Amino acid sequence: MTEFSALDKKILNELQGNLPLSPRPFADIAEKIGCQEETVIERIRALKESGYIRRIGAFFESGKLGYHGALIALRVKESCMASVAQHINGYAGVTHNYEREGSYNLWFTLHTRSPEEETRILDEIRALDGVERLLNLKVKKKYKINVQFQLK
Amino acid sequence: MTIDEKDRQVIRALQGAFPLSPHPYAELAERAGLSEEEFLSRTRRMKENGAIRKMGAVLQHRKAGFKENVLIAWRVPPERTDEVCRRFCAHPRVSHCYDRNTAPDWPYNVYTMVHGQTREECESIARELASETGITERADRQMLYTLREWKKASLVYFC
Repeated sequence: MTEFSALDKKILNELQGNLPLSPRPFADIAEKIGCQEETVIERIRALKESGYIRRIGAFFESGKLGYHGALIALRVKESCMASVAQHINGYAGVTHNYEREGSYNLWFTLHTRSPEEETRILDEIRALDGVERLLNLKVKKKYKINVQFQLK
Repeated sequence: MTIDEKDRQVIRALQGAFPLSPHPYAELAERAGLSEEEFLSRTRRMKENGAIRKMGAVLQHRKAGFKENVLIAWRVPPERTDEVCRRFCAHPRVSHCYDRNTAPDWPYNVYTMVHGQTREECESIARELASETGITERADRQMLYTLREWKKASLVYFC
Protein backbone atom coordinates (compact mmCIF):
# COMPACT_ATOMS: atom_id res chain seq x y z
CA MET A 1 0.00 0.00 0.00
CA THR A 2 1.31 3.41 -0.92
CA GLU A 3 2.07 5.65 2.02
CA PHE A 4 0.66 9.13 1.63
CA SER A 5 1.41 11.90 4.11
CA ALA A 6 -1.44 12.92 6.40
CA LEU A 7 -1.82 16.16 4.42
CA ASP A 8 -1.94 14.37 1.05
CA LYS A 9 -4.62 12.01 2.36
CA LYS A 10 -6.75 14.95 3.49
CA ILE A 11 -6.32 16.69 0.15
CA LEU A 12 -7.10 13.54 -1.84
CA ASN A 13 -10.15 12.67 0.22
CA GLU A 14 -11.54 16.19 -0.28
CA LEU A 15 -10.64 16.27 -3.93
CA GLN A 16 -12.14 12.87 -4.75
CA GLY A 17 -15.45 13.79 -3.24
CA ASN A 18 -16.04 17.34 -4.20
CA LEU A 19 -14.12 20.01 -6.04
CA PRO A 20 -15.97 23.24 -5.16
CA LEU A 21 -17.69 25.17 -7.94
CA SER A 22 -16.51 28.50 -6.60
CA PRO A 23 -14.03 31.07 -7.93
CA ARG A 24 -11.22 29.77 -5.70
CA PRO A 25 -11.85 26.05 -5.17
CA PHE A 26 -8.35 25.28 -3.90
CA ALA A 27 -8.57 28.06 -1.32
CA ASP A 28 -11.86 26.51 -0.12
CA ILE A 29 -10.21 23.10 0.24
CA ALA A 30 -7.24 24.69 2.02
CA GLU A 31 -9.53 26.41 4.50
CA LYS A 32 -11.41 23.18 5.16
CA ILE A 33 -8.32 21.13 5.94
CA GLY A 34 -6.31 23.94 7.51
CA CYS A 35 -3.45 24.81 5.20
CA GLN A 36 -2.51 27.32 2.51
CA GLU A 37 -4.08 27.51 -0.96
CA GLU A 38 -0.65 27.35 -2.60
CA THR A 39 0.19 24.21 -0.62
CA VAL A 40 -2.97 22.50 -1.89
CA ILE A 41 -2.17 23.46 -5.48
CA GLU A 42 1.44 22.39 -5.16
CA ARG A 43 0.53 18.99 -3.63
CA ILE A 44 -2.13 18.32 -6.27
CA ARG A 45 0.37 19.15 -8.99
CA ALA A 46 2.94 16.77 -7.45
CA LEU A 47 0.38 13.96 -7.03
CA LYS A 48 -0.75 14.42 -10.62
CA GLU A 49 2.79 14.46 -12.00
CA SER A 50 3.72 11.31 -10.09
CA GLY A 51 0.64 9.59 -11.48
CA TYR A 52 -1.43 9.18 -8.29
CA ILE A 53 -4.19 11.40 -9.61
CA ARG A 54 -5.45 10.05 -12.91
CA ARG A 55 -7.74 12.93 -13.75
CA ILE A 56 -9.12 16.03 -12.09
CA GLY A 57 -12.11 18.02 -13.27
CA ALA A 58 -15.63 17.27 -14.45
CA PHE A 59 -17.01 13.77 -14.98
CA PHE A 60 -20.02 13.72 -17.24
CA GLU A 61 -23.09 11.49 -17.29
CA SER A 62 -23.02 10.44 -20.92
CA GLY A 63 -26.72 9.61 -21.04
CA LYS A 64 -27.71 13.14 -20.05
CA LEU A 65 -25.59 14.55 -22.87
CA GLY A 66 -27.41 12.48 -25.46
CA TYR A 67 -24.99 9.57 -25.65
CA HIS A 68 -26.15 5.98 -25.52
CA GLY A 69 -23.84 3.57 -23.68
CA ALA A 70 -23.49 -0.20 -24.05
CA LEU A 71 -21.33 -2.95 -22.60
CA ILE A 72 -20.39 -5.46 -25.27
CA ALA A 73 -18.99 -8.93 -24.62
CA LEU A 74 -17.25 -10.77 -27.44
CA ARG A 75 -16.03 -14.29 -27.91
CA VAL A 76 -12.91 -13.93 -30.02
CA LYS A 77 -10.69 -16.65 -31.46
CA GLU A 78 -7.38 -16.41 -29.60
CA SER A 79 -5.32 -16.08 -32.78
CA CYS A 80 -7.36 -13.02 -33.85
CA MET A 81 -7.41 -11.23 -30.48
CA ALA A 82 -4.86 -8.51 -31.26
CA SER A 83 -6.37 -7.51 -34.59
CA VAL A 84 -9.94 -7.48 -33.23
CA ALA A 85 -8.93 -5.52 -30.12
CA GLN A 86 -7.03 -2.95 -32.17
CA HIS A 87 -9.92 -2.52 -34.58
CA ILE A 88 -12.26 -1.87 -31.63
CA ASN A 89 -9.81 0.63 -30.09
CA GLY A 90 -10.14 2.68 -33.27
CA TYR A 91 -13.72 3.75 -32.49
CA ALA A 92 -13.82 7.08 -30.61
CA GLY A 93 -16.92 5.90 -28.71
CA VAL A 94 -15.01 2.97 -27.17
CA THR A 95 -13.65 4.07 -23.79
CA HIS A 96 -12.75 0.77 -22.13
CA ASN A 97 -11.60 -2.38 -23.92
CA TYR A 98 -10.38 -5.29 -21.81
CA GLU A 99 -9.35 -8.84 -22.53
CA ARG A 100 -10.80 -10.94 -19.71
CA GLU A 101 -10.83 -14.47 -18.35
CA GLY A 102 -13.90 -16.52 -19.22
CA SER A 103 -15.93 -17.77 -22.16
CA TYR A 104 -16.42 -14.20 -23.39
CA ASN A 105 -12.90 -12.92 -23.61
CA LEU A 106 -13.10 -9.32 -24.86
CA TRP A 107 -15.29 -6.70 -23.15
CA PHE A 108 -15.69 -3.10 -24.22
CA THR A 109 -17.90 -0.09 -23.61
CA LEU A 110 -19.33 1.80 -26.56
CA HIS A 111 -20.91 5.27 -26.53
CA THR A 112 -22.86 6.39 -29.58
CA ARG A 113 -25.09 9.31 -30.54
CA SER A 114 -27.90 7.14 -31.94
CA PRO A 115 -29.14 3.52 -32.03
CA GLU A 116 -28.34 3.49 -35.76
CA GLU A 117 -24.72 4.35 -35.10
CA GLU A 118 -24.53 1.59 -32.48
CA THR A 119 -26.04 -0.97 -34.86
CA ARG A 120 -23.67 0.01 -37.64
CA ILE A 121 -20.58 -0.31 -35.43
CA LEU A 122 -21.69 -3.62 -33.91
CA ASP A 123 -22.39 -5.02 -37.40
CA GLU A 124 -18.87 -4.06 -38.44
CA ILE A 125 -17.42 -5.78 -35.38
CA ARG A 126 -19.50 -8.95 -35.86
CA ALA A 127 -18.06 -9.21 -39.36
CA LEU A 128 -14.42 -9.17 -38.20
CA ASP A 129 -12.35 -12.34 -38.61
CA GLY A 130 -12.31 -14.32 -35.36
CA VAL A 131 -15.43 -12.79 -33.77
CA GLU A 132 -17.54 -15.83 -32.87
CA ARG A 133 -20.28 -14.25 -30.78
CA LEU A 134 -21.33 -10.81 -29.56
CA LEU A 135 -23.56 -9.89 -26.61
CA ASN A 136 -24.99 -6.40 -26.21
CA LEU A 137 -25.56 -6.09 -22.45
CA LYS A 138 -27.79 -3.06 -22.19
CA VAL A 139 -28.11 -1.23 -18.91
CA LYS A 140 -31.43 -1.65 -17.15
CA LYS A 141 -30.38 0.35 -14.12
CA LYS A 142 -27.22 2.02 -12.81
CA TYR A 143 -26.96 1.57 -9.07
CA LYS A 144 -23.51 3.01 -8.44
CA ILE A 145 -20.70 4.73 -10.27
CA ASN A 146 -18.26 6.01 -7.75
CA VAL A 147 -14.60 5.44 -8.23
CA GLN A 148 -13.55 6.84 -4.90
CA PHE A 149 -11.35 5.40 -2.22
CA GLN A 150 -11.27 6.80 1.25
CA LEU A 151 -7.63 7.03 2.30
CA LYS A 152 -7.23 6.36 6.00
CA MET B 1 -32.94 18.82 -20.27
CA THR B 2 -31.48 20.97 -23.01
CA ILE B 3 -27.82 21.53 -23.70
CA ASP B 4 -27.24 24.63 -25.78
CA GLU B 5 -24.18 25.78 -27.68
CA LYS B 6 -22.79 27.70 -24.70
CA ASP B 7 -23.11 24.58 -22.54
CA ARG B 8 -21.20 22.66 -25.20
CA GLN B 9 -18.45 25.28 -25.01
CA VAL B 10 -18.36 24.81 -21.24
CA ILE B 11 -18.20 21.02 -21.65
CA ARG B 12 -15.39 21.26 -24.20
CA ALA B 13 -13.40 23.52 -21.86
CA LEU B 14 -13.99 21.22 -18.86
CA GLN B 15 -12.71 18.22 -20.82
CA GLY B 16 -9.25 19.73 -21.20
CA ALA B 17 -6.65 19.85 -18.46
CA PHE B 18 -8.05 21.40 -15.29
CA PRO B 19 -5.89 24.45 -14.42
CA LEU B 20 -3.97 24.04 -11.18
CA SER B 21 -4.01 27.73 -10.38
CA PRO B 22 -5.87 29.95 -7.89
CA HIS B 23 -8.64 30.86 -10.37
CA PRO B 24 -9.12 27.73 -12.48
CA TYR B 25 -12.67 28.51 -13.60
CA ALA B 26 -11.64 31.96 -14.83
CA GLU B 27 -9.07 30.28 -17.08
CA LEU B 28 -11.58 27.70 -18.31
CA ALA B 29 -14.14 30.45 -18.91
CA GLU B 30 -11.64 32.25 -21.10
CA ARG B 31 -11.13 29.05 -23.11
CA ALA B 32 -14.89 28.87 -23.57
CA GLY B 33 -15.26 32.55 -24.39
CA LEU B 34 -17.55 33.21 -21.41
CA SER B 35 -17.33 35.22 -18.21
CA GLU B 36 -16.21 33.34 -15.10
CA GLU B 37 -19.61 33.97 -13.56
CA GLU B 38 -21.53 32.53 -16.50
CA PHE B 39 -19.14 29.60 -16.77
CA LEU B 40 -19.63 28.76 -13.09
CA SER B 41 -23.39 29.13 -13.19
CA ARG B 42 -23.70 26.88 -16.25
CA THR B 43 -21.38 24.32 -14.66
CA ARG B 44 -23.40 24.41 -11.42
CA ARG B 45 -26.62 23.92 -13.36
CA MET B 46 -25.18 20.86 -15.13
CA LYS B 47 -24.05 19.48 -11.77
CA GLU B 48 -27.53 20.00 -10.33
CA ASN B 49 -29.32 18.33 -13.22
CA GLY B 50 -26.88 15.44 -13.26
CA ALA B 51 -25.16 16.08 -16.60
CA ILE B 52 -22.01 16.42 -14.52
CA ARG B 53 -22.00 13.46 -12.18
CA LYS B 54 -18.91 14.54 -10.28
CA MET B 55 -16.49 17.42 -9.94
CA GLY B 56 -13.25 16.18 -8.46
CA ALA B 57 -10.37 13.80 -8.89
CA VAL B 58 -10.06 10.16 -9.77
CA LEU B 59 -7.02 8.36 -8.44
CA GLN B 60 -4.89 5.96 -10.35
CA HIS B 61 -6.09 3.12 -8.13
CA ARG B 62 -3.22 0.83 -9.06
CA LYS B 63 -0.83 3.39 -7.64
CA ALA B 64 -3.09 4.17 -4.70
CA GLY B 65 -2.67 0.57 -3.52
CA PHE B 66 -5.60 -1.18 -5.23
CA LYS B 67 -3.52 -3.13 -7.69
CA GLU B 68 -6.14 -5.73 -8.50
CA ASN B 69 -9.70 -5.37 -9.69
CA VAL B 70 -12.31 -7.69 -11.02
CA LEU B 71 -15.55 -7.33 -12.91
CA ILE B 72 -17.98 -9.80 -11.35
CA ALA B 73 -21.08 -10.85 -13.25
CA TRP B 74 -23.77 -12.18 -10.90
CA ARG B 75 -26.90 -14.20 -11.53
CA VAL B 76 -29.45 -12.55 -9.24
CA PRO B 77 -33.14 -13.53 -9.25
CA PRO B 78 -34.85 -10.59 -11.01
CA GLU B 79 -37.24 -9.95 -8.12
CA ARG B 80 -34.25 -9.53 -5.78
CA THR B 81 -32.17 -7.26 -8.03
CA ASP B 82 -32.97 -4.00 -6.23
CA GLU B 83 -32.30 -5.32 -2.75
CA VAL B 84 -29.14 -7.21 -3.76
CA CYS B 85 -27.71 -4.25 -5.68
CA ARG B 86 -28.26 -1.98 -2.70
CA ARG B 87 -26.28 -4.38 -0.54
CA PHE B 88 -23.51 -4.61 -3.14
CA CYS B 89 -23.34 -0.80 -3.37
CA ALA B 90 -22.95 -0.48 0.38
CA HIS B 91 -19.60 -2.27 0.19
CA PRO B 92 -16.78 0.31 0.07
CA ARG B 93 -14.73 -1.71 -2.43
CA VAL B 94 -17.53 -1.84 -5.00
CA SER B 95 -17.11 1.10 -7.38
CA HIS B 96 -19.71 0.26 -10.03
CA CYS B 97 -22.95 -1.73 -9.89
CA TYR B 98 -25.22 -2.13 -12.91
CA ASP B 99 -28.27 -4.22 -13.71
CA ARG B 100 -28.11 -5.37 -17.34
CA ASN B 101 -30.00 -7.56 -19.73
CA THR B 102 -29.00 -11.20 -20.21
CA ALA B 103 -28.63 -13.63 -23.10
CA PRO B 104 -29.65 -17.30 -23.40
CA ASP B 105 -26.06 -18.46 -22.91
CA TRP B 106 -25.23 -15.67 -20.43
CA PRO B 107 -27.70 -15.53 -17.53
CA TYR B 108 -25.75 -12.97 -15.47
CA ASN B 109 -27.66 -9.74 -14.88
CA VAL B 110 -25.77 -7.77 -12.20
CA TYR B 111 -22.26 -6.42 -12.71
CA THR B 112 -20.00 -5.12 -9.95
CA MET B 113 -16.48 -3.74 -10.20
CA VAL B 114 -14.51 -4.74 -7.12
CA HIS B 115 -11.10 -3.38 -6.09
CA GLY B 116 -8.54 -4.99 -3.82
CA GLN B 117 -4.86 -5.06 -3.13
CA THR B 118 -4.44 -8.64 -4.36
CA ARG B 119 -6.42 -11.23 -6.23
CA GLU B 120 -6.92 -13.08 -2.94
CA GLU B 121 -8.50 -9.97 -1.46
CA CYS B 122 -10.80 -9.63 -4.49
CA GLU B 123 -11.85 -13.27 -4.00
CA SER B 124 -12.55 -12.66 -0.34
CA ILE B 125 -14.61 -9.52 -1.11
CA ALA B 126 -16.60 -11.59 -3.63
CA ARG B 127 -17.29 -14.18 -0.93
CA GLU B 128 -18.36 -11.42 1.48
CA LEU B 129 -20.75 -10.00 -1.12
CA ALA B 130 -22.08 -13.50 -1.76
CA SER B 131 -22.73 -14.25 1.88
CA GLU B 132 -24.23 -10.81 2.57
CA THR B 133 -26.81 -11.42 -0.16
CA GLY B 134 -27.21 -15.18 -0.11
CA ILE B 135 -26.09 -15.41 -3.75
CA THR B 136 -23.57 -18.02 -2.65
CA GLU B 137 -23.67 -20.66 -5.41
CA ARG B 138 -20.33 -20.50 -7.15
CA ALA B 139 -22.10 -20.94 -10.52
CA ASP B 140 -24.03 -17.72 -9.85
CA ARG B 141 -20.99 -15.53 -10.33
CA GLN B 142 -18.35 -15.14 -13.01
CA MET B 143 -15.06 -13.58 -11.95
CA LEU B 144 -13.97 -11.69 -15.07
CA TYR B 145 -10.37 -10.83 -14.25
CA THR B 146 -8.49 -8.58 -16.65
CA LEU B 147 -5.89 -10.33 -18.80
CA ARG B 148 -4.97 -7.22 -20.77
CA GLU B 149 -6.07 -3.60 -20.89
CA TRP B 150 -6.37 -2.72 -24.58
CA LYS B 151 -7.88 0.71 -24.07
CA LYS B 152 -8.89 2.98 -21.22
CA ALA B 153 -9.84 6.52 -22.14
CA SER B 154 -12.32 9.26 -21.36
CA LEU B 155 -15.10 9.90 -23.80
CA VAL B 156 -14.60 13.16 -25.69
CA TYR B 157 -17.94 14.91 -25.98
CA PHE B 158 -18.95 17.26 -28.79
CA CYS B 159 -15.57 17.17 -30.46
